Amino acid sequence: MTPPSLEVSGLAFAYPDGHQALFGVDLTVGRGERVALLGPNGAGKTTLVLHLNGILGGGVGSVRVAGLPVDRKHLAEIRRRVGIVFQDPDDQLFMPTVREDVAFGPAAAGLRGAELRARVAEALSRVGMEAFADRPPHHLSFGQRRRVAVATVLAMEPEILVLDEPSSNLDPASRRELADILRSLDVTVLMVTHDLPYALELCPRAVVLSDGVITADGTTQELLCDEELMRAHRLELPFGFDPRSVVVPGR
Amino acid sequence: MGAGHSHQLYVRGHSPVHRLPPHCKITAVLCFVLVVVATPREALWAFGAYAALLAAVAATARVRPGFLLRRLLIEVPFVAFAVLMPFVAEGEQVRVLGLSLSESGLWGAWNILAKGTLGVAASVLLAATTELRDLLLGLQRLRLPPLLVQIASFMIRYGDVITDEMRRMRVARESRGFTARGVRHWGVLAKTAGALFIRSYERGERVHLAMLSRGYTGTMPVIDDVRATRAQWTYAAALPLAALAVCLTGRTLT
Repeated sequence: MTPPSLEVSGLAFAYPDGHQALFGVDLTVGRGERVALLGPNGAGKTTLVLHLNGILGGGVGSVRVAGLPVDRKHLAEIRRRVGIVFQDPDDQLFMPTVREDVAFGPAAAGLRGAELRARVAEALSRVGMEAFADRPPHHLSFGQRRRVAVATVLAMEPEILVLDEPSSNLDPASRRELADILRSLDVTVLMVTHDLPYALELCPRAVVLSDGVITADGTTQELLCDEELMRAHRLELPFGFDPRSVVVPGR
Repeated sequence: MGAGHSHQLYVRGHSPVHRLPPHCKITAVLCFVLVVVATPREALWAFGAYAALLAAVAATARVRPGFLLRRLLIEVPFVAFAVLMPFVAEGEQVRVLGLSLSESGLWGAWNILAKGTLGVAASVLLAATTELRDLLLGLQRLRLPPLLVQIASFMIRYGDVITDEMRRMRVARESRGFTARGVRHWGVLAKTAGALFIRSYERGERVHLAMLSRGYTGTMPVIDDVRATRAQWTYAAALPLAALAVCLTGRTLT
């Protein structure tokens, strides 16, 4: 039996200034699942994400990625397995050209030459950006940059893709294009978002993180229809959106 | 390279000069400049020969003379001092067009002007035939400390991002009715600069986080390995070697 992509158990963490962000988080994400991580601002979502690849650590509890514990010894392998797409693609794309940026992760892992080129070409084609390989990132549109950011982590062939607010600042067309891409990928996805319709569209399952603990876990449609739960955690649907009336597309 | 935009100094082309590996070109330009500087200033004809050599390189690279001359204007503020020298230097005086000028000053001015112009022209040719990105790869290849290369490449990547941020802050300022007039407004501008610094600093932290997340461990991975063949080195060496011949002749004649 293959271990789950992500196994978080009893994770608690306080920042050095004493502010406690996580109070015992338990979360298991099976291989190939797409899960939305919902929660109000300040619930600890980002803190949790930064634990997944060992940027933050040293608190109580444990994180395992495909069975491998996140600790100092396995850091390089963990960072290859967990692909985080940050919210601002200008932070994520730091190399002078798209091609070099996508190559950064695999090259850091030791890939060279033809193998590296093939990996870059494959990742770019999965997000439909092959034609832009030699462009500098700042000459791309925001939606294109977000797609390249996804390619930069796909190139590392991650076990789990973690997306921080993937739909923010995208126009509706780019938002739909990104959804099509994410749906076409055969990879485990954890998506941190405030965009509830987007979560419903892409993720069959959702969890709510509030005040540093997971307070709800179920199918996305059920959670969004639970008005009391939604109100209790400052989650609000956009005006006129009724999650009951939506037929959720299958995988 | 693909359909990307490039720096305004760069002239797109496929000439033999464009195709040379960047580290060969950098080395050639550096050696050329050293040779020019080592030439005695009295060997007037030698400088003419250097200029002819550069003209030949420009012709091979298909860089238009007009472009080259326009880019040379960058030198003007730096040679202002050279123009002053004949008037302020001591020593024997000669009369030119009714002005009394110092002879050693004239030689000094000529020296700075000729060598400076040749150096700038060679650099402009290098920039016109090499993409910024390739220049950095070349420097990396020439064992410039990796940290310096990384800083320079981040400067290229984030220059536009920060300029854009600055523009947005200016628009926000002006949208609230602020226009900078006189000393009294310098405080506001200084605060803007401070805010921009903090924003850039925070961006730096976020970028570092993104780099760590993708396996950065302190050194940049090798993505493009630039290599040069013996033939390419020989080709690049043509310029400095020809210049060296001119220089040595000049030294024996004067």
